[in-house]
Order: sequence, then C-alpha cells, then structure tokens
Amino acid sequence: MDNYISGSEALIRSLIGEGVDTIFGYPGGAIIPVFDRLYDYKAQLRNILVRHEQGAVHAAQGYARISGRTGVVVVTSGPAATNVITGLGDAMMDSTPLVVITGQVGSSLLGSDAFQEIDVIGITQPVTKWSYQIRSAEDLKWAVPRAFYIASTGRPGPVVLDFAQNAQNEKIEWTGYKKCHFVRSYDPYPAIDETTIDKAADMINKAERPLIVAGHGVEISGAEKELVALAEKTGIPVITTLLGLSTISSKHPLFKGMIGMHGNIAANIAVGKCDLLFAIGMRFDNRVTGDVSCFAKNAKVIHADVDSSEFGKIIKPDCAIHGDAKPILEKLLSKVSENTYEGWLESFVADEKLEVEKIIKPELEPKENLTMGVVARKVAEAAGEGAVLVTDVGQNQMQSARYFLYSHPRSIITSGGLGTMGFGLPAAIGAKIGAPERTVCFFTGDGGIQMTVEELGVILEYNVNIKIIILNNNFLGMVRQWQDLFYNKRFSSTALVNPNFVMLANAYGIPAEDVESKDELDDAIARMLAHDGAYVLNININPEELVYPMSAAGAPLDEILLSRDERYQK
Amino acid sequence: MENKGTLYTVTVFSENRVGLLNQISIIFTRRKLNIESLSVSPSSIKGVHKFTITTYTDHETVDKLVKQIEKRIDVLKSFYYTDDEIVYQEVALYKVPTVQLLDERNVETIIRKHNARILEVTREYTVIEKTGHDNETEALFEELKQYDIRQFVRSGRVAVTKSPEEYVTMYIEERAKQKEEAEKQWTKTNASNL
Repeated sequence: MDNYISGSEALIRSLIGEGVDTIFGYPGGAIIPVFDRLYDYKAQLRNILVRHEQGAVHAAQGYARISGRTGVVVVTSGPAATNVITGLGDAMMDSTPLVVITGQVGSSLLGSDAFQEIDVIGITQPVTKWSYQIRSAEDLKWAVPRAFYIASTGRPGPVVLDFAQNAQNEKIEWTGYKKCHFVRSYDPYPAIDETTIDKAADMINKAERPLIVAGHGVEISGAEKELVALAEKTGIPVITTLLGLSTISSKHPLFKGMIGMHGNIAANIAVGKCDLLFAIGMRFDNRVTGDVSCFAKNAKVIHADVDSSEFGKIIKPDCAIHGDAKPILEKLLSKVSENTYEGWLESFVADEKLEVEKIIKPELEPKENLTMGVVARKVAEAAGEGAVLVTDVGQNQMQSARYFLYSHPRSIITSGGLGTMGFGLPAAIGAKIGAPERTVCFFTGDGGIQMTVEELGVILEYNVNIKIIILNNNFLGMVRQWQDLFYNKRFSSTALVNPNFVMLANAYGIPAEDVESKDELDDAIARMLAHDGAYVLNININPEELVYPMSAAGAPLDEILLSRDERYQK
Repeated sequence: MENKGTLYTVTVFSENRVGLLNQISIIFTRRKLNIESLSVSPSSIKGVHKFTITTYTDHETVDKLVKQIEKRIDVLKSFYYTDDEIVYQEVALYKVPTVQLLDERNVETIIRKHNARILEVTREYTVIEKTGHDNETEALFEELKQYDIRQFVRSGRVAVTKSPEEYVTMYIEERAKQKEEAEKQWTKTNASNL
C-alpha cells in the first residue's frame, strides 16, 4: 500500500514536484497534518516560520518578485486566512505569482461556524486570480498543478487553495506529480496578432516625438534586454513606472526617469509633449496618469499587455498589442527602423537641469539635516551594482525609489498598486531568501516598520542578511505631507511617539545604530554593509522634508509642484 | 435612479464550477451595477454553464465589465448585447383565486388577448403563465391586478443571439485543438529534458 498516501503528504510531494524548496508558513489547528508531513521533508522543503501570516504573504511576494518563482505560503484556517488577505490584494495589484494554502475545517463542518472556520473562498475571490476549496484528497491532484499554472503564467497573480482538514488526512493513490500545462478557459499567452505588430511598428517609425513607458510587465516577462535593444535601435527615450524602474539601467542615456505623481519632471512633461506613447507592461494607474483627460493628450497610444482587459480600461489605445512583453518586443525589433531623435531628446535637457537644480541637488547636498534622498543615494553607491531596493510605503518609498540606482533587472521590490504599509520588512526578508547572493537594501519609515516589526524574529532565527534603513522623521511622513500641502498643516494623528529602534533591533540580536547627522552617514553605511548579517540604521530625518516634484492627485501630470510655493512653468 | 442607461444583456459561458456566480456578481457590485435579472443553466455544450444577466448601464461600462468577467479563470467567454441583437424571452406566473375567473368572464378574454395560458386550476387558485418580453408580462399583470393576484413571479431573461456565428462553440473547438498542440509540445519538451 506504499502508493497510498495522505492528502497532506500528497501536497508536500506536489510542492516538491513543482520545484518548490522554500515555503513561508505558520502552523495552526486546521493545518497541523501538513506541518506534520513537512517534518519528514525538511531537507527538501524548508519552512520559513514567520511571526504573523501577513508577514508570510509579503515574504513570499518578495521571494517571488526577486526570483520570478512562485511564492508559496502555508497557513491555517480562520484568523490565519483573514491575515493573508492584505498580501493577496497586494499580490493581485502587483501581479505577483503566489500559491497560498490555507487550512480549513473538515468538510462536514463547513458552513457550521465551526472553530476557526471562515468563508475563505468567498473572502478571497475578489483578491485572487483563482481560488479553490479542496474538499477531498483526490481534488488535490487536479487543483495543485492548476494553481501553480494559473499563478505563474500570463499576468501572474495570487491563487488560494483552501484545504479542508478531512482532505489532509484522507488517503489517496499516488502515481507522481503531473504539472498542468493547459486550462481550457484560460489562455495566458495568446498568439500575437501580427497586424498589430505591423501597425505599431509603422506608428513607431512615423513618430516624431515617441516615448516608451515600461512597466512591471517587462520585468515579469524578463524582457529587459529586448526593451533596451528596441530603445537603442529606434533611439526612443524610455521612462518607467515605479515597478518598472529596474527594467533599464538608471545610467542608460535613453533612460529619462520615472513617470507619475513623484516622477521626474522631464519624464512627466515628455508624456504631454510626445506624439506617440508606447506603453508596455503597465496599466495606467491613477498615480501614473494624474488627470486622465489631460494624459498624453498629443499622443497616439500603443498599449502592449498580456492582460487584454487593460486595453481601454483607463486609456483608449490607438493600437493594442495583446501578448507577452518579450515576444512583442522581439517582433517589433525586426520591424522598426534605426533612428535618432536629437531634437526631441534635446527638449528633455532643460527639465532635467531644472530638476537637478531645484530638487535633486538640495536633496543630495542637504545643508543641515539628513534627507531621505541623500541616504538612498549613498546607500546605493556604497552597495554597488546589483543591489536590490526594497521599500515600505510612503515618503521612504518615493524618495528611496527616486534616488536609488538600478543596474540589474529585478532590483526594486515595492508595494505599488495597493500601497501596503508593512510590506517592506517581510518582503525584504523574502527577497534575500529568494536571492541570497544579492545585497538587499530595505528602506522603511518609522511608521511602516512597526506594522510588521514582528518579522525581525525571522531575521533572528534564520540569520537573514538584510540592510534595514529606517528613515525616521517621527511622523507618518506622506500623510503629513498632504496635511502640510492640502489640509492647512493640521497634522491630525500623524506624529508618532516611537520606541528606541536601536534597542528594538538589539532585542532581536540585530546590530543597530542611530545616525543623527551628515558627518556620521558615510561611516555608518560602510559599517552596515561590511557587517556579515542584518543591520539597522535608524536615521534621523527632518519631518519638514517633502517629496518633490509632485503632481497633485487628480491634477494633470504636467502641473508640477517644485516646492511649497513654486510651480513648474510650462 | 434618473438616467438608467441602456439595458444590456450580458451572457457568460463558464466551466461548471462552484463559486462562479459569486465571482461574476462581485464584478457587477464593484462597479455599482444593479443586476436586473439573472438566469443560470447548463448550456447546450456539455459541462458549460450559461449565465444571462441584464443590467442598465452605458456602452463603455458594459464593455469593461465583460472584459473583467472574461478575465476570471473559469469563464470561457462573455458577451454583451442590446435588445435588437438578440431574441429574448421571460416567463411570468400569476396566481389568482379561481372564484375570480368563474365570476368574471372578462378574465378569459384577457388571457386570450395576451396569449397567456392556464397551467393549473384548483378549487382555490388558478395559475396563469405568460411568456414574452417584460413589457408584455407587465401588461398582463396590470390587467389581472384587479382580480386579486395572490402571487406573481417573473423569470430572468433568456436570450439567443441573432448572429449566424456561434462564437462559443468555435472557441471551444479552437481550444481543443490548442490543447492537443500544448500536450504535444509538453511531451516533446519533457522528453528532451529526460
């Protein structure tokens, strides 16, 4: 009867069959059988024991986004399942492949308000790509391969498998794991319509002021080389979304910055001036477009995406190319002409200079207090090429994203769509576990770190070598910024009374130091990076620091605040 | 609601899987669209379920709505139509006290006029059935109202398209071919990996 195994054992073997070697989990009543089987497979499948289920999902997200592999989470029922919702929503918004396995009460108890029972499928349907309840062990043979296929292909996303306890214990005949490679109702990589390629190539070749906007989809597709090749052949400048920042080197001459609310001036102005906008692997988030009616108003739009529901959702494209970014770029490359756009590129220079003079220079050469920007830039320079930026959400996110330097693909991990405070610490841990060879620099705020601070325990237990930089202004800085600019400086509930972060880190065995002034910064960064292990810098930042440039929410992208009293002159 | 917009009929063809109705209905909810009527049943294709949903909205919204519905993994295809693109019907049942029919010869005339029919007669009640568009079932309701309708119920809309093309059948056939291809491809790559 050797080939008869329990559902729990079948799950473990399925995960191994899928190539999973790391899971992020937390045990509990309704998932004990799975953790029991895991005990025998420790050598092949290691569980990173998080300290809260939210941490498990964000860690799996960090792991998935740095490695491109599907992140796997195993937690129990009820409160554990509700604790993963934020991460599911985040992964859904930021197209991150996850398979989240929740325990569930036995089938006979379903719907009876049993202990730790919650309607997981009902709750998770709006925030998952797919969710399925496994009520018998036999279901597992079908559902697990399908879950991995759905999570990882096309536009990736989170999948939930709700694993009823009776199915965990039930015995089934096991003949080995069979991967899924086809789902009738789901076509992740549709054949690319050649006529759309021809049309797009023609539009590109005829454009006078073309602009490429590259998003996360380029990264997911692994099309960074193809993107740069297309830009170089055509001579078209490239701007990126926040999540697309590392799709092209920050130092590439054709890279013209980030689009959006806190994007670069030249990039946002170019969106208004261009006559062709080629958007690839991005979805026109409102933080990217500002006032949609004014967005790229002089441009024809080519929109390439693997998710056809994005076409016309926000911006109506003149040419929609449905497909995966990499083959689209490959096909286009052979059809576009070599070109240069000297005059067009020249028009970026004045705005770039303006931003350097008005914003970047003061940020990087602060007179008194430390600024977030100078910290991010110095860390990036000291960490060197290949370093990865993980951020939390808020000012720390915008400033570190703006001033960090990107040289390699998959070098920025940040919660873009959902804007989840508390994302950063577990995501950084997951990222380091997913790519141990890379230097992970995690920038956070004094607010965000406290939302998932319990995950310092994971660093302690597994000796995860991440560099934690707390940009501490004793405020919820981004909300404070809005209160400062738009709410008459009524700082409602944004001042924080903080713990001693150095002592807090030390309590978890992590060396830490306070950095109060400019003179201390370089040495502190050097000590942090030289230390073989996690390290915390708690950096004192002036709470008055605001993130500029800024296009206010809902305002046209080219209405840019340079400071409190100064606007960009169009 | 002042401006209800146009009545659209949304059809959804899906795999027969638990929880799909919820997945579809939350897409309406999130866009604050009210479902006017809904009918779900197995379609002519084995294992494929068909949802017919009506909702008042505008063209742009329904276009985006259908894309979001189709994005759900277990949905095969979704379409939307205005009334002139489909042939549609709904069924209404009216329960009236039988004594009313006996006393009022007029009821018989009404039933004849509306092309309705009597499904069941007992001493206490009579059940009348009318198949038609909602204005037709509504019109009969208005006329029967004076005879003390005890119960009235109307089904969701069912509809077939006027188009000569059967897109769902074509899609399913195409996917069957693609499955074969995918399997061949998979066997090939797997063999080379071994």
